[in-house]
Amino acid sequence: MPRIRVEVDGATYEDDVEPRLLLVHYLRDRLGKVGTPVGCDTSNCGSCTVLMDGMSVKSCSVLAVQADGHDVTTVEGIGLDGSGHPMQRAFHEEHALQCGYCTPGMIMASIDLLRENADPSEEEIRDGLEGNLCRCTGYQNIVRAVRRAAAEMRAPAEREATP
Amino acid sequence: MTVGEVGAPRRRSEDARLITGRTRWTDNITPAGTLHVAFLRSPYAHARITRVDTAQARRRPGVVAALSGSDLVDEQGVLPCAWVVTEDMKHPDHPPMAVREVRYAGEPVACVIARDRYAAVDALEDIDIDYEPLPAVVDMEAALAEGADLVHADLGTNKSYTWVFEQGDVDAALRDAPVLLERRYVQQRLIPTAMEPRSVLCVPEGEEFTLYSATQIPHILRLMLATVTAIPEHRIRVVAPDVGGGFGSKLQVYGEEVLALLLARRLGRPVKWTESRSEGNMTVHHGRDQIQRLTLAAERDGRIRGVKVDLLADMGAYLMLVTPGIPLLGAFMFNGIYKMDAYSFTCSGVFTTKTPTDAYRGAGRPEATFAIERLMDELAAEVGLDPIEVRRRNWIRHEEFPYETIAGLTYDSGNYEAATDRALELFEYDKLRAEQAERRARRDPVQLGIGVSTFTEMCGIAPSRVLGSLSYGAGGWEHAAVRVLPSGKVEVVTGTSPHGQGHATAWAQITADRLGVPFEDVKVLHGDTAISPKGMDTYGSRSLAVGGVALYSACDKVVDKARRVAAHLLEAAEQDLEFSGGRFSVRGVREEGRTLQEVALAAFAAHDLPEGIEPSLDSDATFDPENFSFPHGTHLCAAEVDTETGMVRLRKYVAVDDVGKVINPLIVEGQVHGGLAQGIAQALYEEAVYDADGNLTTTTMADYLVPSAADLPHFDTDRTETPATSNPLGVKGVGEAGTIASTPAVVNAIVDALRPYGVDDVPMPCTPERVWRAVRDGSVPEPEPDRDEPGAGGGLGSAGGAR
Repeated sequence: MPRIRVEVDGATYEDDVEPRLLLVHYLRDRLGKVGTPVGCDTSNCGSCTVLMDGMSVKSCSVLAVQADGHDVTTVEGIGLDGSGHPMQRAFHEEHALQCGYCTPGMIMASIDLLRENADPSEEEIRDGLEGNLCRCTGYQNIVRAVRRAAAEMRAPAEREATP
Repeated sequence: MTVGEVGAPRRRSEDARLITGRTRWTDNITPAGTLHVAFLRSPYAHARITRVDTAQARRRPGVVAALSGSDLVDEQGVLPCAWVVTEDMKHPDHPPMAVREVRYAGEPVACVIARDRYAAVDALEDIDIDYEPLPAVVDMEAALAEGADLVHADLGTNKSYTWVFEQGDVDAALRDAPVLLERRYVQQRLIPTAMEPRSVLCVPEGEEFTLYSATQIPHILRLMLATVTAIPEHRIRVVAPDVGGGFGSKLQVYGEEVLALLLARRLGRPVKWTESRSEGNMTVHHGRDQIQRLTLAAERDGRIRGVKVDLLADMGAYLMLVTPGIPLLGAFMFNGIYKMDAYSFTCSGVFTTKTPTDAYRGAGRPEATFAIERLMDELAAEVGLDPIEVRRRNWIRHEEFPYETIAGLTYDSGNYEAATDRALELFEYDKLRAEQAERRARRDPVQLGIGVSTFTEMCGIAPSRVLGSLSYGAGGWEHAAVRVLPSGKVEVVTGTSPHGQGHATAWAQITADRLGVPFEDVKVLHGDTAISPKGMDTYGSRSLAVGGVALYSACDKVVDKARRVAAHLLEAAEQDLEFSGGRFSVRGVREEGRTLQEVALAAFAAHDLPEGIEPSLDSDATFDPENFSFPHGTHLCAAEVDTETGMVRLRKYVAVDDVGKVINPLIVEGQVHGGLAQGIAQALYEEAVYDADGNLTTTTMADYLVPSAADLPHFDTDRTETPATSNPLGVKGVGEAGTIASTPAVVNAIVDALRPYGVDDVPMPCTPERVWRAVRDGSVPEPEPDRDEPGAGGGLGSAGGAR
């Protein structure tokens, strides 16, 4: 079995893994990082989205061995300063979640969206989050939340709160 | 009385753990020693099982057991159907795991229990099964024909039941009617698709079992598990931890839940199963699936004489928890908000070799509302009236409430005029009609259509008395308990079982107001039969209108108890006390008083209690409503339809809903948004498609098109507020309203755009191909059961989005 070395949410792990093991199963079943859920088996829903070296990936579509040597951030690894990441706060403020199952992936994908475009329009947000499905909210408040977080993250005073 | 929490847009207390990943989904819970189950499922829609060999699978490393239906036949029982709708309803046995015959693709036939999920799934390949294929039964109309292949040979028919409701003389209404509309609409089969797949974990402790499940109904599930397995009810505890959406799909007693319990008992270890999405699409119960034959008779001036409804409702292969009753929830809604003299409803439940159907958001009412709201637009076109005007001529006026409808319901309150006026204003109706006329005049290839839906629905399920009269297997009351802790903090126990709705927040708001305590001092407990022993759970938009009212009553009982203690402590007469802001004081002497917290501590200490008072303020209450609640509203949709490509773009969507008094407007708005998304999805995107052999071709999210943010428009929402008179909070349900209202609004808009092209229907989902064909044919393309008919299956049919 290949041996991998992965940094996840600031801690380093070394493990022997089956080559076929999915990153999301490695996170959930081996590391106990169950904050990242699984919503489908065809990489359509985006519930399992995490950041790998700062870029969003669907962790059901990445093998654990592909994460070898990389830095993975899950929803459990952001906003640890006590007040939460601006994106987490915005989702709360704008009521951008109901059941919350898609929320970890939606938040991680939204953070990546703002990395590419710090001031997206409503249309750009909708297109940018096309790979993340939500069944509860109808997306309207998610769009609002991303705009709110974008505004906050652009404001210089808030810069320190971002990862 | 403190005022302020109820009606405030309180941010949800649930969010903190959900936005940080500190969640408790069932699949997150893995006690030491947990074994994992994988199911082998039928690849055939219909077949006899002639041989199952699990020996080789059992020998694989990591495998603890491999079992077929025959191995479980003595203990697995049959899955329950709690709604026997007619005395002669055909009700076939439904084993949790198939034993001799499979009747839909995806039915479980064997399972492997192993140390991890990979090992369990791997071992499925070593199970050897011989099938003898039998004919698939995929079309309802063909299934009822003479000599049709049978789903259940022993029943001798594919018809489960025929249920009839008649009021007034519908034949007389139809006879010589100046306007007679006859239509056939198909409510396509849908897959509920809660984002959290089903998951169940059963932990045995000696002869006792704790079953965690992604369920909407921990209380009902517990009773049903006991009934099915004969394990005594008090030995079973059911926990619904964080549950990631349901929409009716988790209002069920699933075979996998029964089997997890039986396997945990057999193996003496925790047993867990979590479905994959493709597995779930085949086996989570589906929704809708009706063929509606409708006749509407009217006068030339647009006034309705009567409506006749003839339904075929697809049950799928078996009757599950409330399968047969779902279409009957629509029986009382085909008249909508309109007055008429005659109504006739006939529904036949039909077996097919498909996944069983059951409750999906709206459950019977979306189908009925679609039919009447589509017919109203057809009527408007037929008599040459504006669709708003034809509705005005027929709807119940606000001064006529309470109003007994032709379907026998009493609508307690409503104001259709107010909601419609507000919607027209927000929508800028006249302006859009002018643009429509202008585009028609210049033969713009992109036409504009305006769709109207003035809906109501019955929810807040429900009065036990009414449910009993419909032969439903249970009552519709709800329970709440309020515990005032010695420190003055409050625990609320509710029998409702939220899975995303925000009860923890809304229930705390109600409690904070009634008890005059800070919102932060209230904790809401739910979803665990050991903590919340009594309840009827969450479905049918019932939680607030029934469970919230039970909580309201329980809070009042707390205050009544506390008043007696406070009077004693203050040496005053009870009637001289006033309770305001969480504090009792003697009327006119504000400085003398005791807070509820002080009273709670005194009751706990019990050093000086009045005669006959127990040392506690804890109270509980049940509420059984006398009537359903009837939210209503007016939804308007503007759709741009490209007549050359068939693309539909929703340009504007206005929803004005009247859900009575509102506890938390933020939550209400969220429910409306989500409901709209699902109703629009039925109109434009979603369809569970079966091929002629009974294979589901939309097993994945790549094929079954749950819309993304890019596929949906911005919604403009507003509310009017006509309090319900059937409960002291004045609240109605809101969970299903958006879904019920929006589907006909969208299809009406598309048809309205294409009416100059001779189009009077587009079958759902209105994919670009279907819209294009409708334009080309210039008439209704009859939605034949022909499987070559373009469907949503395959994914690309409706790609591109509506925005």
